Amino acid sequence: MDPARFCSQSRLVIVAGKGGVGKTTVTAALAVMAARAGLRTLIVEVEGKTGLGAAFGRGELSYDEIELAERIRARTLTPDQALLEYLEDHGMRRLSKRLTNTGFLDVVATAAPGIKDILVLGKVKQLEREGDVDLIVLDAPAAGHAVTFLQSARGLLDAVRVGPVRTQAEQVQELLADPARCQVLLVTLPEETPVNEAVETADRLRERVGVHLLGIVVNGLYPPMRGIESAAALLEGVPADEAEPLRAAAAFRQSRNELQREQLGRLREGLALPQLRLPFLFSPELGPAEISGLADALTDSVGALETVP
Amino acid sequence: MTLAPLTRTRRVIVCCGSGGVGKTTTAAVLAMEGARQGRRAVVVTIDPAKRLADALGLHSLSNTPTRIEGDWPGELWALMLDTKSTFDSLVFKYAPSKTQAEGILRNRFYRNISAALSGTQEYMAMEKLYELHEEGGFELVIVDTPPTRNALDFIDAPRRLTRFLDNRIFRWLMMPTRAYLKAVNVATRTLLRTISRVVGAEVVQDAVAFFQAFEGMEEGFRQRAERVLHLLSDPATAFLLVTTPRADALEEGRFFAAKLEEAGIPVEALVVNRMHPRFARIGAGTLRERAADHAGSDLAGLYENLADFTQLVEVEEANVAELSERVRPAPLVRVPFLPSDVHDLEGLSELGKYLFDGGGEPAPVPGS
Repeated sequence: MDPARFCSQSRLVIVAGKGGVGKTTVTAALAVMAARAGLRTLIVEVEGKTGLGAAFGRGELSYDEIELAERIRARTLTPDQALLEYLEDHGMRRLSKRLTNTGFLDVVATAAPGIKDILVLGKVKQLEREGDVDLIVLDAPAAGHAVTFLQSARGLLDAVRVGPVRTQAEQVQELLADPARCQVLLVTLPEETPVNEAVETADRLRERVGVHLLGIVVNGLYPPMRGIESAAALLEGVPADEAEPLRAAAAFRQSRNELQREQLGRLREGLALPQLRLPFLFSPELGPAEISGLADALTDSVGALETVP
Repeated sequence: MTLAPLTRTRRVIVCCGSGGVGKTTTAAVLAMEGARQGRRAVVVTIDPAKRLADALGLHSLSNTPTRIEGDWPGELWALMLDTKSTFDSLVFKYAPSKTQAEGILRNRFYRNISAALSGTQEYMAMEKLYELHEEGGFELVIVDTPPTRNALDFIDAPRRLTRFLDNRIFRWLMMPTRAYLKAVNVATRTLLRTISRVVGAEVVQDAVAFFQAFEGMEEGFRQRAERVLHLLSDPATAFLLVTTPRADALEEGRFFAAKLEEAGIPVEALVVNRMHPRFARIGAGTLRERAADHAGSDLAGLYENLADFTQLVEVEEANVAELSERVRPAPLVRVPFLPSDVHDLEGLSELGKYLFDGGGEPAPVPGS
């Protein structure tokens, strides 16, 4: 599939997955791929401290939008920031400080669970509606919180029967249910537990949230390396002190490759979604050069997908 | 290095670290070692992967530990933390009457607390730890911590909950009507009216009803929270930091270490899971040169491969050394990348070998 087409399937892409699977990496690579395809892209980060800024050679992101690269803008959007903005938009600016200082915000958030998430998603919905960009990439909260986060609208519709927050929740639910406006891109690793959790998360997102899934990115696959499969023959004649570590490292990579292939198979069986693949990075730093390489890999992977008419 | 002295001498071990680094598995291995040393040990898990939960005989959330039979002189127990029912039993403990406790449990606002008030799960994990330690007759309690991003929520959580329950505005609301009208100033009334307008009046009514029902119990909760905090800083309690050599996990590890230090709590052991093996003593740079010498051949691929892993391990070792230095003199235990996830008692035993005999050294270089 053409990357521009892939990135235009919905205006908002929510990148979701458990902690440590590389959500932020995928968010960055997807944004770069979209920008290269000519789409004006906005990255929205809801947790802070994700290292997204650093991936583009910048510092931490803030509430104020900044330009990270050509056609890529980015900002944070935390519940507190969203609340403040909500109250300001509704002419209640003076109250917001009082709500926070008295600890009252916690009381309200407990009385109406999901309200913080709704405020964030409500703001994202507003950004999507404004249409200043072609694609919004949302780096969703880590851990099991992604499902709870996206489920907040439904939950709140049960708890709150009237008022502007209910309206907000209804509009968020409409957004989540419309595949032309919003889809989720899952991220996982080719390992047993992450694969199980990805399948589980996909089911929950479809059933409990009613959101459409764009695909799943399998991150951290060892790239192919020539010679690995035929190490024994190649090492004949190589001095033993070098042959032995070469053989051991080749055997290690081969066994990891097999394990990864096995997990890819399990994932394919468990989840009928387009699979995209990103390579394992041996370099420890995640900077602009690495993100660019990952965007290349993502583009290749998208290119290999068949276009569904 | 070995963690055996910790499981032999401490009464409580708290495993902390970011999500996905193998905290739950490490906690289970520690408890098993306790049982092997003849102690009555229990592990409190938060969100175990399903197969590990099955191996530990944990099929659902529970409020009481399940015993795991095995070939050890002590006892091994496990439980999967049920935040809501742990909170419920606290309510029963501190409510002056059963009727009042039941009233609280029925309140919708209360039912939301365990799921929605941030820090509640963390606090209940610590509460459960305290209960098992004080009242469960366990000699060793190991607790896994929720994969929270707010690293030390579990230390702040008890106080945060009591602050929440002490909310001043609700104290006013609980006063008899006449006094209430005097005490509640205009600003507060405006605030409440506004909140009612935004989220609906019933939401506010639920909250008010909850705080009314809770009246008189705050002191009991507060004292309990203080005792829990006291236990966390007791010398019989050890905090163990679990991480992987990945940059993001180590970054969170450093953050945890700094936060614990601020709280005056030392990290007493550092466990690094999923370390890559070191295959060669030759440096990555030399190996890249060798690859260049064989450019164009398949043998170059083998040199590149070895160079990749060597480079990776060099960085991993340097990063781990830096974190280890920061938590000195805590012992450092390395656990290599294992071929599969641990999901049975045998797997836990295997893992135990790294934690309890000789896991501290870097993986041996083949042929050396």
